[in-house]
Amino acid sequence: MKKVHIFGLIVIAIAIGIIVSTYGNASTYSNFTEAEELAKEGETTEIHVVGKLKKDVTGQIVGMKYDPVMDVNHFEFMLVDTNKVVKKVVYLSPKPQDFDKSEQVVVIGRMQGDHFECNKILMKCPSKYTNEKPDFKEATAKRM
Amino acid sequence: MTLGNTGHLLVIISFVTALVATYAYLRATLLTTDTLQNNTWKHFARGAFYVHAAAIIGVCTTLYLIIYGHHFEYHYAWSHSSRALPWYYMISCFWEGQEGSFMLWMFWQAVLGVILIRTNKVWETPMMTVYALVQAFLTSMILGVVIPGLDFKIGSTPFLTMREAMPELPVWAMNPNFIPKDGNGLNPLLQNYWMVIHPPTLFLGFALTLVPFAYLMAGLWQKQLTEWLRPALPWMLLTGVILGVGILMGGYWAYETLSFNSYWSWDPVENAVYVPWLVGIAALHTMIIAKKNATALKTSVILVTAQFILILYSTFLTRSGILGNSSVHSFTDLGLSGQLLMYLLAFIAVSIVLSVRVWKLMPSDKEETSAYSREFWLFMGATVICLASFQVIVPTSIPVWNSIVQALGGVSKLAPPTDAISYYTKFQLWFFAAITILSGIGQYFWWKRVQKGKMQDLLTPLWISLFITALLITFGGINKLPYIALLTAAVFSLVANTTIILGILRGSYRLSGGAITHIGVALMLIGILWSSGYQKVVSLNASGLLISKEDFFTKEDNKENKENVLLWVGQPTRMGDYLLTYRGPRTEIRDVPKYVPSSWVDIIEGDFHAVCLKDITVGEKTYHKKGDTVAVYPENVFYEVEYREPSGRITTLYPRVQFNERMGMVTSPDIKRELNKDLYSYAMVGSNPGEAEEWSPTENFRVAIQDTFFVNDFVAVLESVSRTNAVEGLSLNPNDVAVKAQIKVLDKEREYIIAPTFAINQDRMVMRKPEVNEDLGLRVQFMEIDPKTGTFNFAVNSKQRDYIVMKAVEKPLINVLWVGTLVLVIGFILSTIRRFREFRLTRDKGVELESSKPSVVGSRQ
Repeated sequence: MKKVHIFGLIVIAIAIGIIVSTYGNASTYSNFTEAEELAKEGETTEIHVVGKLKKDVTGQIVGMKYDPVMDVNHFEFMLVDTNKVVKKVVYLSPKPQDFDKSEQVVVIGRMQGDHFECNKILMKCPSKYTNEKPDFKEATAKRM
Repeated sequence: MTLGNTGHLLVIISFVTALVATYAYLRATLLTTDTLQNNTWKHFARGAFYVHAAAIIGVCTTLYLIIYGHHFEYHYAWSHSSRALPWYYMISCFWEGQEGSFMLWMFWQAVLGVILIRTNKVWETPMMTVYALVQAFLTSMILGVVIPGLDFKIGSTPFLTMREAMPELPVWAMNPNFIPKDGNGLNPLLQNYWMVIHPPTLFLGFALTLVPFAYLMAGLWQKQLTEWLRPALPWMLLTGVILGVGILMGGYWAYETLSFNSYWSWDPVENAVYVPWLVGIAALHTMIIAKKNATALKTSVILVTAQFILILYSTFLTRSGILGNSSVHSFTDLGLSGQLLMYLLAFIAVSIVLSVRVWKLMPSDKEETSAYSREFWLFMGATVICLASFQVIVPTSIPVWNSIVQALGGVSKLAPPTDAISYYTKFQLWFFAAITILSGIGQYFWWKRVQKGKMQDLLTPLWISLFITALLITFGGINKLPYIALLTAAVFSLVANTTIILGILRGSYRLSGGAITHIGVALMLIGILWSSGYQKVVSLNASGLLISKEDFFTKEDNKENKENVLLWVGQPTRMGDYLLTYRGPRTEIRDVPKYVPSSWVDIIEGDFHAVCLKDITVGEKTYHKKGDTVAVYPENVFYEVEYREPSGRITTLYPRVQFNERMGMVTSPDIKRELNKDLYSYAMVGSNPGEAEEWSPTENFRVAIQDTFFVNDFVAVLESVSRTNAVEGLSLNPNDVAVKAQIKVLDKEREYIIAPTFAINQDRMVMRKPEVNEDLGLRVQFMEIDPKTGTFNFAVNSKQRDYIVMKAVEKPLINVLWVGTLVLVIGFILSTIRRFREFRLTRDKGVELESSKPSVVGSRQ
């Protein structure tokens, strides 16, 4: 066996190691039901939950609480996951900037008692980078 | 002809001419015997490409004219621009959309194509065949043609009118000729000077990756298996510089503009360009030794292909919408993902076919590479770089794996690692420790030809660097093993490369490029180590301020999340070593050098002008009179925050928040730069002065002099009431009577005097000028005087006091990172110049296509 072959084998071994470790470190897209099960089992791994914000008829987000005077680092809201399970989500940081504008959010964290505690929120705002659903009616009403 | 039609026509012309050029170059390449006919095809192809380049420039000009002329009847102008934008940001509007950014890419490729035609006649026909084909593919991305019957859209054109883009709007029924008065405006995050130059640089880098790839394909096609290296190498180096600079500019922009708190956050969009760049760097290292070493040659073929394919792959990742839930800032799907995927697969197929055809013809090494040869160490370095990039691309591609599994009928719900920064850092740190060590050793073997049994050459830099590292660890307080490893590696690389420059090259700038670049990398790593590994949240120490009754908040383990501090206006708050005072919101008037209090102006709704409510005076100079209309940046609010150091030195920072109707609240930091650290602060929550204030219902107080009363939880004392001769904002006649009350209000740490006035003029008209104290959030009006009882009546309203929620972080030694960046770029440019010179010398000698003939300059490698 030539040295170059040994070298090649080592490289392949490292590459496989990388793939395996990616699999081991990857999180999962899940829902609140599974998150609760994980918490019961005492697992501390964090998962992604994709959900929609609960909104009333006027488009206001329901159950959102942020009072910076009480605590700047506590923000909570209700999230409906893909199985329509609703849970309170607590985010121990100030309210994200675009939160009011977003519809679908991904929260990353785990269940803590009755609520889901997340440390990261990814928001998909309909109008941030594209204009697929522009507020065109409003904009024109003012100017016409 | 309308601008839109002109633009669309030019797109079609550019697409057709790219195809024609491809075909003509192909014919010219295939006809090797008949020189006359060959020449005819070649000239024809060249002409077609020139027309193509001109058409592309025309397309870009047309789109810019549409944006610059505020032609809001076009969807692109409407959705990316607005009248309020200054001209330089209108350039950014150009590439805010996907189509515009594709056009930027094509523009650079067209320009580079012309340069290549004019500088390299020998390789022209085969190389330009590949080149023009890529250009045709790219042009089709903005074609915007629907194939009839198949319902398959090719490309997305930026020249759609509003009506074509959004036919479902009800407005067309009422007014078919409707043109919006103003556009949607540019995303406030992109209103930054870096966004004017970062995308063009990055796309020039994208375009450049094609050049070495095209030379490689031409080489494989023409069975000139090593000759392609000479013209390709300088271009590969140039790609490395430009793409690297583009990426770093993006990082610097993120640091300055985004409140991500970092210059790099391992977001999939960032990773998608970082990986091809790393692979390109690995490629250029193997290309240097590929002439002498067959393994390196084969590796170069793979890597040069990979860096180009990975650019296509990164385009696919960021523009197909596949990243979906895993990235905050990717483009959404324009319906081009299928097309992008086809191109990606097509080019993979082409390169595999061309490589496999000649793989057996490639030379093979006669003997084993010795561990004491320069080739060995360079090859090791390139391998580690490749592994580092592989480690990044695998997790970044998780959404792709999910899609593939789902397409095959399986279920895969893998999500990217939850904490990207610590996850990637954990791996990349070790890879880069290895890379820097190899860069030091490699340089020694390269220049000194270290031989078996003569390793002591390397001992001197080793001892020196261990000594320096020991000092740094002791005095810098470095205590984590991975950090110690990285620091040792970086210092070793610094010492070894510096020794090479001073000792062997004696400062010869022409040959030092490599060593200088490596020094830059080492410096960058040291800067990253300190500024990221040892950043300190300053706002953390402000405990005691955050009052919450539920014990949930007060538990110890939540402390680490409490990194934000609430600052009341006018109320000094201690934070780490600093005493912070929030002074209130500020507005930027375009022709006034400093920010002014937002209460000085009244912004006209829906416009970028404001009316001055008082004289705008900064220092001595009065810029505008009361009542003037001034141009402002209506979305920007700056919060003036004063930092007082223990030494008494005061610095003022202005973290910014942009209130955008469409995009919500966008915060940007303000950075206090010092030689050894940056103080980085941004407002997480701030008030919008444009919104109406809400005052509480009026409360009435009847008090006598020296009475104490409570207003909105403050203790207040009516100190005195006295006659006054001047009331601000009123002109008093001699017969008018005015009295002023002095009310002392006690706050936690200081006292305020509120002095409302009460005036009666000769016609018995009463004027009650209210006094507002923003710091306390109080408004007091002097209502009446009761001479019988000697009491006075005041009406008081209160409002929420203004406040901001802020985060502040100290980033030590971040300047080392920026200096390292600069050194890296300089080193890279030196190397690039050297290789271009070599190429020119050999080309002018006409030996370029003769194989196995060592060139004069190249022999001293």
